[in-house]
Amino acid sequence: MAVELDVALVSPEEVTYSGSAEMVIVRTVEEGDIAFQAGHVPFLGVLAPWSVDVLRPGGERDTFAVHRGFVEVSHNKVTILSDVSEPAAEIDVARAESARQRASEALASDSDDAQAGAALERANLRLRVATSA
Amino acid sequence: MPGGKERELRRRIGSIQSTKKITRAMELIAATRVVKAMQRANAARPYARLITSVIEDLAAGGAEVDHPLLRQADEIRNVGFIIITGDRGLAGAYNTSVIRTAERQVMAHVSEGKGYSLCCVGRKSASYFRFRNYRIDHAMSGFSDNPSYDDARRIAETVSESFLSEAVDQVELIYTEFVSMGTQRVVVRRFLPLVDTEMMAAEGSGTGREGSFEFEPSPEAVLEALLPRYTEARLYGALLDAAASEHANRQRAMKAATDNAEELITKLSRAMNQARQDAITTEIMEIVGGAEALSGGDASDVEAALASMLTGTDASGLAPAGASGRPA
Repeated sequence: MAVELDVALVSPEEVTYSGSAEMVIVRTVEEGDIAFQAGHVPFLGVLAPWSVDVLRPGGERDTFAVHRGFVEVSHNKVTILSDVSEPAAEIDVARAESARQRASEALASDSDDAQAGAALERANLRLRVATSA
Repeated sequence: MPGGKERELRRRIGSIQSTKKITRAMELIAATRVVKAMQRANAARPYARLITSVIEDLAAGGAEVDHPLLRQADEIRNVGFIIITGDRGLAGAYNTSVIRTAERQVMAHVSEGKGYSLCCVGRKSASYFRFRNYRIDHAMSGFSDNPSYDDARRIAETVSESFLSEAVDQVELIYTEFVSMGTQRVVVRRFLPLVDTEMMAAEGSGTGREGSFEFEPSPEAVLEALLPRYTEARLYGALLDAAASEHANRQRAMKAATDNAEELITKLSRAMNQARQDAITTEIMEIVGGAEALSGGDASDVEAALASMLTGTDASGLAPAGASGRPA
């Protein structure tokens, strides 16, 4: 496959990741997973709190937990704008585990606690990304 | 009293020297920080550029929505100001020039019969406006020299809230733009309401992109999610610019202070040396006068008397040894 995608993961602070890829898999807020390959039509979407998988040409796979953001695809460039994202390797599993426990305890006592709900979602995503990598 | 002036000068030189040490250290610290702040400002640029280009694409895709952040009030009654200054002084005119511009802006709006609402970022602006009995609605500080994105988000959220609740109809952002190491200037920018998407696009790189985008879930929903991020990114950019400007200004101010201290030390050392020389000369004159009076005008004895007195003053314990050599 000759044509590759240029991938960049950009946070407000800096460009956290850039490289080339054969395929990028993300999940948007409504319509589920979507995978991009070279030649995809220009696309602009809002990301759900989910993982972003970058399939590198060598067969490697880089996984990130992206808590919110946007994806823009045009001219074989995939740009992911997110203010909260982290690579799988940097996730502290023990911390995420304890955060999940705390959040579920808070939810058990008050099921309307939106903050705890969001925290639980974040912790679950981190654990999912960390264990799948 | 001889030596009094000299001692006084020596004390002053000492105190200036220690001041110089402090200003030199501050200069060096500011110099390294300004480089770091510039790097951070540069690292943050891709995000701001991309988010603008996304808005460009949205505009090209024909997203026209009535987002509350775009609300243009029919009549502007209250104007909000975000004033970004540093937490600490000793940065030359950095804080005062921002504050002066801000105060002029507030005054101009008040004289037109509008209300104002201040959001002071940085201790310096907060204390200035508090002292002058301005009403401060929000004050945030503690991060001026190293702002994080979370700080920007907090400010953007607070200000957007008061805009959305119609407490203010317009928000101006006053900060110091970092043009280069040598140039920083205070700017007043419209923060809210956001100008419409075409104008935002025109503000951006202006690389006219072709191709129709697919939007998910819809152009309106993307814009809805995007606009708050856009305000945060703008504010973050302003904070980083302000931080870099603060460090650049502090470096310049401290360099000037160090140079002044050096100049002052040179001047005072000269004065001190002269004072010391004067004291020595006076002392010798006194000795000569005294010796002359002792010897009763015998010219041959003057020298010997002088020698004895000198040894006497220099090392009084050795006076008899000096006396033994006296021809009498």
